[in-house]
Amino acid sequence: MKRAAGWHAILRRGALCAVALVWLFPYLWMGLTSLKPLTEIVSSPTALWPAQPTLAAYREVFRSLPLARYFFNTSVMALGIAGLQITLALPAGYALAKLRFRGKRVAFALIVATLLVPAQVRFVPVFSLLAKVGLVNTLSGLILPFGVSALGTFLIRQALLSVPDAQIEAARIDGAGELYIVYRLLAPLLRPTLISLFLFSFVSHWNDYFWPLVLTTDEHARTLPLAIALLREQGTGVRWHLVMAGNVLLSLPALAVFAAAQRHLLRAVTVRGFGG
Amino acid sequence: MKPSRAGDPYWLLLPTLLLLFVFFVFPLVMLVEHSLFSWDLLTPARYVGLANYRSLLRSGELWQTFGTTLSMSTVVVLGSMTSGLLLALLLDRPGHWAAFVRSAVFSAYVVSWVSVGLLFLWLLDADSGILARIYSHFSQGRAPRWLADPALAPWAVAAVTIWKITGYALVIFLSGLQDVPVSVLEAAELDGATAMQRFRSVTWPLLRPTTLFVATTSLIASFQLFDVVRVMTQGGPVRATTVFVYAIYEQLFLDLRVGRASAEAVVFFGVLLLLTGAQFLLFRTQESA
Repeated sequence: MKRAAGWHAILRRGALCAVALVWLFPYLWMGLTSLKPLTEIVSSPTALWPAQPTLAAYREVFRSLPLARYFFNTSVMALGIAGLQITLALPAGYALAKLRFRGKRVAFALIVATLLVPAQVRFVPVFSLLAKVGLVNTLSGLILPFGVSALGTFLIRQALLSVPDAQIEAARIDGAGELYIVYRLLAPLLRPTLISLFLFSFVSHWNDYFWPLVLTTDEHARTLPLAIALLREQGTGVRWHLVMAGNVLLSLPALAVFAAAQRHLLRAVTVRGFGG
Repeated sequence: MKPSRAGDPYWLLLPTLLLLFVFFVFPLVMLVEHSLFSWDLLTPARYVGLANYRSLLRSGELWQTFGTTLSMSTVVVLGSMTSGLLLALLLDRPGHWAAFVRSAVFSAYVVSWVSVGLLFLWLLDADSGILARIYSHFSQGRAPRWLADPALAPWAVAAVTIWKITGYALVIFLSGLQDVPVSVLEAAELDGATAMQRFRSVTWPLLRPTTLFVATTSLIASFQLFDVVRVMTQGGPVRATTVFVYAIYEQLFLDLRVGRASAEAVVFFGVLLLLTGAQFLLFRTQESA
């Protein structure tokens, strides 16, 4: 009996190692490739460690691309979207959760209905709309179409339902205006929800490829995922050490947020589901 | 609660509703309108009625795209659910090791599609890719060109997608497993039920709602695949991986056919609505059962 249990433990440990290998080896290989010179990649493709580790690929990527600009664009876009979504969802969620007014059901239904319309459906008309007002190839054009998160509004409304009315009434008696109530009284109460929403939105838009691909035509507003994907499409013969060095630079920020705030991202995923 | 001033709720909602109108409601109306025109973004648009829809149907393009999307989605959903469930059963326990492996699997879900696409392009590279080298080491022959062969490319892209989103299924199944009462499992074990029997008659039935949730959300999401296809295969070879969103993108930006792209997007939206409706009905019957 005891012996069988021992075997079980060994099998389980073996399975754990295999799973870890399948999911971690690709990252390791990406890192190692980025440290090799191209000649080594071609001559001994299966050598695990670089014989002469070098940061030349990183220097080359930094030299050939305006990476600072791309980092700036991507951060401004992702922070702008995540910040705008929360700033707008708080007052809207408050009105829907706590205030009585005409047309409330219609407004709520409209917000929930937009959950059904992904960016992949609306990009054709939104593109021609933004083209008309000259917002193609600008950071505003990247941010505005995602300024409202229907799901964020919905989740904030749900969270606010459990805040007692008395707390809000007390603030009103003290003379607080609606904006003070929303941003100073209620926002701190919803801290965990807001952090999850913010981080999840930030990471998804940092990673986004589709919208920047559709909306940017040159490096002025180009974002990092687009620039790194272009590294592979440029020139003759793929210089994998450069592509992987770029890929390390692209994935590290997302992985860093993940390492620092895994709990928050997990919360966001279990309530919202995968995608959009 | 009564608002302090009657106008308050309206201006609190105003920015949200305004952006929703400009970027959701209005575009949908425009999309339907565009689909009735022939327009190349350069010369004036010409009204053509339902011609765009007819030509999509007649050329067989729509059915081909739909078939590709459906079959790739099916493989992705079944694959990621199976691996997610198996991993959840393996990793549903305390301890640093299990936690570490959970994070490793979930990390792929957090990294961008571009990163994952580029990473696997390199791993699967036919000349110097490590997987091709390992393959030819064991089989003496040259590795198949996974991404250049129309029969293999959809499987390769689906496999990469499964690798990326298994973390999602894993996380949802793990939270579903929290609802399986330990006492029932222990009672079954005392009665002499094997691990397999315990799974079949206790865990699996209790996981049904979770399974249904993972299945429908992953299906709807995998119908929207684009990034990984754009990065890895550009819809090819010979349209073998041209899924819905890629087809629409191609119509608009490579062929400059706004009308056809819009018509295809309208059809795509219809398909998504049907899938969401089916999901809703499934959960309704689930709850009343």
